[in-house]
Order: sequence, then structure tokens, then C-alpha cells
Amino acid sequence: MSTTSAQPDLLYSEEEEALRAAVRDLLTDHCDAPGVIARTESDAPHDREAWKALADGMGLAGLLIPEAHGGQGATHREVAVVLEELGRAVAPVPYLTSAVVATEALLSFPQSRLRSTGGTPMAADLLAELATGRRIGALAVALNIAPGAAYKVVRHEDGALHGELTGIADAAVADVLLVPADDGGLYAVDASAATLTPQVSLDLTRPLATVTLDRAPGRLLGDAEPAVRRALRAGAGLLASEQLGVAEWALTETVRYLKERKQFNRPVGGFQALKHRLAQLWLEVVNLRAAARNAADALAKDDDTAVAVAVAQAYAAPVAIHAAEEALQLHGGIGMTWEHPVHLYLKRAKADSIAYGTAGAHRAALAELVDLQAP
Amino acid sequence: MTDAPELRRRTAELLAAHPPATTDRLDFLRARFDAGLAWVHYPEGLGGLGAPRSLQAVVDAELEAANAPDNDPRRIGIGLGMAAPTILAYGTEEQKRQYLRPLWTGEEVWCQLFSEPGAGSDLAALGTRAVREGEGDWVVNGQKVWTSSAHLARWAILIARTDPDVPKHRGITYFICDMTDPGVDVRPLRQVTGEAEFNEVFLTDVRIPDARRLGEVGDGWKVAQTTLNNERVAIGGMRLPREGGMIGPVSKTWRERPELRTHDFHQRLLKLWVEAETARLTAERLRQQLVAGQPGPEGAGMKLAFARLNQEISGLEVELRGEEGLLYDDWTMRRPELVDFVGRDAGYRYLRSKGNSIEGGTTEVLLNIVAERVLGLPAEPRTDKDVAWKDLAR
Repeated sequence: MSTTSAQPDLLYSEEEEALRAAVRDLLTDHCDAPGVIARTESDAPHDREAWKALADGMGLAGLLIPEAHGGQGATHREVAVVLEELGRAVAPVPYLTSAVVATEALLSFPQSRLRSTGGTPMAADLLAELATGRRIGALAVALNIAPGAAYKVVRHEDGALHGELTGIADAAVADVLLVPADDGGLYAVDASAATLTPQVSLDLTRPLATVTLDRAPGRLLGDAEPAVRRALRAGAGLLASEQLGVAEWALTETVRYLKERKQFNRPVGGFQALKHRLAQLWLEVVNLRAAARNAADALAKDDDTAVAVAVAQAYAAPVAIHAAEEALQLHGGIGMTWEHPVHLYLKRAKADSIAYGTAGAHRAALAELVDLQAP
Repeated sequence: MTDAPELRRRTAELLAAHPPATTDRLDFLRARFDAGLAWVHYPEGLGGLGAPRSLQAVVDAELEAANAPDNDPRRIGIGLGMAAPTILAYGTEEQKRQYLRPLWTGEEVWCQLFSEPGAGSDLAALGTRAVREGEGDWVVNGQKVWTSSAHLARWAILIARTDPDVPKHRGITYFICDMTDPGVDVRPLRQVTGEAEFNEVFLTDVRIPDARRLGEVGDGWKVAQTTLNNERVAIGGMRLPREGGMIGPVSKTWRERPELRTHDFHQRLLKLWVEAETARLTAERLRQQLVAGQPGPEGAGMKLAFARLNQEISGLEVELRGEEGLLYDDWTMRRPELVDFVGRDAGYRYLRSKGNSIEGGTTEVLLNIVAERVLGLPAEPRTDKDVAWKDLAR
């Protein structure tokens, strides 16, 4: 059995609360629910304005990137707070995919001997670009892949890349794709050298695309395996904070609605059958907050990471879905409509339950980690 | 200014004057109380120094390192956790001086005479009557139930109805009852586990001097809130390592007994393991909030979470053990001083944990409390609010 070496810090610091307030303000201005719904039906489902304000304006794209590489040198704890707010707004921005997953992949090799034409390591150049938020990165691994699972690779042949990868989240807005190839390398490919075909996605706010490479040029960054593992683990761990944001929105909005909505001459929220369901949901959200905070803290300290991430992901998905499903049901007829935003949260929660591994996949990983072996 | 170095200095002084190795246990505990190092957040002269509560840990660590005797806080939990804060808040100076020291040292055990056969979750409906004889003693008649430690207790905190003509919350008064008085009859109440951890207490013409009233006549419900709030704090506050709760024994069984493993059990075990770990982290987060001086509402939920987990985890272990799960370790009617969860078999743990969702507030009542006080949802309609207690249907 593994044990924690030190107590995790599960609270939010004052700075983190200030960051939360700033992000929430920005999203209130830039990213209201009717706007998100309207955007999902347009040709440009991503909110580039909000992304620009977050990444360029507030410098949040570079939180995980050391200052030496042009970033903010912050930790996963701050990133988790940003993701809670993005989840609460179900914001259609490529933050998790670019500022966390692609960034973490690149952070595997900033000291790499593989140099760009300018003489700096290739990955370091890319990190500096992603840190500004003016370029967006995407790891070309399907969104459903768990940190320890097999992923699809493309063919590296005659110095170019060939193949098709599906289920790549936020690829539609990416400027650079990080592509694993059959020679074991991870390659940086300019999006302009690939064919990106949008897929019709369950989650309208985190759309998927197919990436087709036909003799596409790629620049080798280093070994794919450790980079992809690291990226997916951070993605899975911090996804729990996004799921917390989704669940919190669902609970808060449902409580608010049930205090207002009257039936049988009483506020619906006064009926014990509903009160108990909401109290139960609150309990789950409270537990999710502790699990998500623990994962963020573990990633930040690089301590107990594997267990903390697996616990958070095994717990988060059912809670986020439960919260969104309860929200839809308890809003009654209005909850079933397109105009009410609850469907955005349900779709995000359901897609998140598959993203970076299902709860079951993370439980299976835990079985190994904490020595509770399968029969 | 009482800070950590000052407390360390005072603790060292206590240890020098009363070396634990050569001092009688009770003498040491009394000296510790008199030095203000019993509960440092209590006032001077009452076992404390008026210091921040969080600094108690400093004293405890020093004393533990010196191998000093402790006051067996689990055994005297009701006195420490419930009676003491209530006496501190509502007692007269004389009451505080009389009761707090022997309570803290454990010389005098306390029990709680609150619940009745007809008043559990609806505690304010209680029917035990206290009638005053002129300006003199109160005479108490009634029956209480679920009283832990009543057979060991010297004193009890007691709530009784003193005015049946007003609505139920208003006609209650809070007393300190001498358990050695004639008319106090303690009978063991045997439980589903086979043992008798609790008691029924029958009160027949028990005389309580007015000097043992706690708070004003008719104010008993308000006073009882102090007791009950402290009860819930006491239940949620433990700090556990990973696998420190009931998930520990079943995980151990799983590791040591591969022949018991099936895929169904594996899935259930992993799900509960994750839930136990998240509940543990939530408790740790709550503790960190308290230390940082920002208590959150999570405490209201911790008891709910642990009650369900204890029941599901111990239930899983009974099944996992197969043929052994059909057996029980001991049905003898024992009278334990403490609930022993890990020292007995899975079957005992399963049966005993059924009480976790009833004792200290049922799950149903606590869910209402979370919904109303944390989420701000409307309260249940109250048909008994303005009706005199004597006119309520019973």
C-alpha cells in the first residue's frame, strides 16, 4: 500500500481566490450561456475572444511554463482554479488541451538536444509560443485515452508523416499538433500541413476533429511515450477541477431554481424528496472538491501523483454526470430545452467522463497502484 | 500573550514538577488541569489559559513525547465533547468549578439523558417531566433511552419538560442529574450486535436541587443546541491516514486472501476504496479549514458520508468472507466501555455500523439540515410550532 509522504494542502490560497475572481469576472463578460449556445451552432464553435482575453490578456496560457521559457512559472494548483471557472462557464476555449495537455507534453523535453534553426531546443521554442497564447497546441491523441492506455500513432516514412488520427479535441483551432509516430518519436506538425475535419461531437463546447497527415513535415521533439504519459496524467488530474466546476454550476443553479419555482402552492425546493437529493449532491460535490484539490496539489508537488489522479478521476466523472442529470431533471420541462444551458453541462459532463480515461479505467489503475489486485 | 513557546515553557514546568514516571496518574492529570494545560482555550482557573484552541496540539505533542498519562478522552467523550462546552457556556461559576475538573480528569464520567422512546429525531417532543416544589427541588419522572455510559456515569446532562402549556421547544429546562440518586434506574439495552453498549434510564421521583439547573427555566432547548452542535463536531473531527478507516480491514483481507477474490467484489471494493479516500480527504480539508480559521459547512456532511461508507464497506466484507461471513464472533451480552470497530469481526462491524446513520442525528434529519442550513432550501412545514405541548397528538 502506498502512503502519502506529507499532508496535501487542500485549501485555496488568497492568490488563488483572487485568480478565481478575475477569471470569473472575465467569463461573466465574455462567455455567457446564450452566447455559448449561439456559438455552438455557428461555424466557429470556439470562443477566440475569450481565449485571447484569458491567454493574452491575463497570461493564463503560460501558467505551467517556467519563466525561463516565457511562462508564468505557476503550478497545477492555479491551473486547477482556472479550470474550475472554465467548467462553471462551460467555456469553449482550448485551455485544458493547449495550456495543460500540449504544454505538459512539451515540458518533457525543454532541454532536448533537438534544436530549432534559432539554436534553442525545439520544445523550448514551442513552449514560449504556447505561453503567449497566440499559438494553440493540441496533442494528437484521442481524447478518450487514459494515461496508461495504448494510443494510435502515425507512420513516419521518408522524413514525413502519414496517417489519420480521430477524436482530437480542439484540433480545429490548433496551430501546432504534437503527433506521436511509429518510430517512437513525438513530432511537431504545423496545422497548415495537416487536413483537419471537424467531427460531430457530443460535447459542442469541446469539439473533436480528425487529423489527416499526407506526407506532412514534422519536427522531432523527442520520445513520445514519456511525454504522452505525462501530458495525459496532468490532463486527467486537472480535468477533475473542470468537472468540479461543472458540478458546482449544476448544483448552484438547481438550488436557485428550486427556491423560485412553485408548484402545489409551495417552492419546489421545500419538498423533502428533492431536498434530500440536493443535499446528497452537495455531499458529492464537497468530496469532489477535496479529491480535485488533492490531485492538483499532488501534480504541483510531484508527490503521490499517480494515486491522487486516479482517485480524482475515478470519483469525478460520476459526480459531474449525476449533478448535470439532476439539474436537467429538477428543472422539469425547461431543462429539456435547447435554450436552457443545462444541456451544455450535461454534454460536457458526459464527454468528460470519457476524456483521459473512464472512471473504470482509473479504478483499474488504482488496483495496481494500491495493491488491490484483480482476481 | 500565550503563544506556542510560552505553552512549551509551561508544559516543561509541569513535567519538571510532576515527572510522569513517578507521579500518580490522577495526580498528574489534576496538576495538568490546574496548570491550565488541559484545554488551553478554556478560561484560566478552569483548566485553560484562554489561548487559541489550535495551540492545544503543541501541549499534546510535548506531553506525548514525555510519555505523560492522558485522560482517556474516548472513554469520557460525552463529558468532554458535550457536557463541558455546555457547562462552560451556561453554568454558574460554582457549577464550572465543581464539575469541570473531575470531568476532564475522568474521575467523573458523564452521560446524556436526552433521547426518549417517543422523542428521538423530534427531540423537542420529549415528555420527561420536571415539577418544582415551591422554590425548592425539582422532581423528575420519565424514561430516557440510548444512554451510552449511563452504567458508569456519575453525572448526566438531562433535559426535561417544565411547562407543558407552551409549545414544545419553549417548555424545556436543562439540568445536571446525579446518577447515584435514588429513583435513577439504569437498565442495559441489548442491541443487534448482542452487546449492551447503551442503556435505558428510568427516572422515578428523582429530586434535583435547583442549584443543578443549567441556564434559565424554559431555556433548555437553547442550552441543548450547544450540546448538540458540539456532538456533531466531535463525530466529524478525526484525522485518518490513507486506509485508516473501515476500508483498512477489508483491503487487508483482500490482499491476504486471494482465494476470496471475484470480479464483482473487485469492482465494489475499488469503488468504495475511492469513496473512502475522497471522504478522508474531505475530512482533512475540513480540518485544514478549521486550523486556518475558516470553518466550512462540510462538517455537516462528514457524518453522513462516514455512516454510509462504514455500512457499505463492512457489508461488503461480510459477503467477501463467504463461509466465514456466515459466522459471528461472539453473541455474549457484553457491556463495553468503548465501541471497538476494528478489534472485532466484520459481522460485528456490519451490525454496529447500522447505528451510524441513526445515532447523533439520523441521516434523514441531517440531510434536511444540509438542505436548509447549507443550501438555504425552504424548511419543512411545521404544524406543531404554535401548539402547546400538552395538546400535541401523541
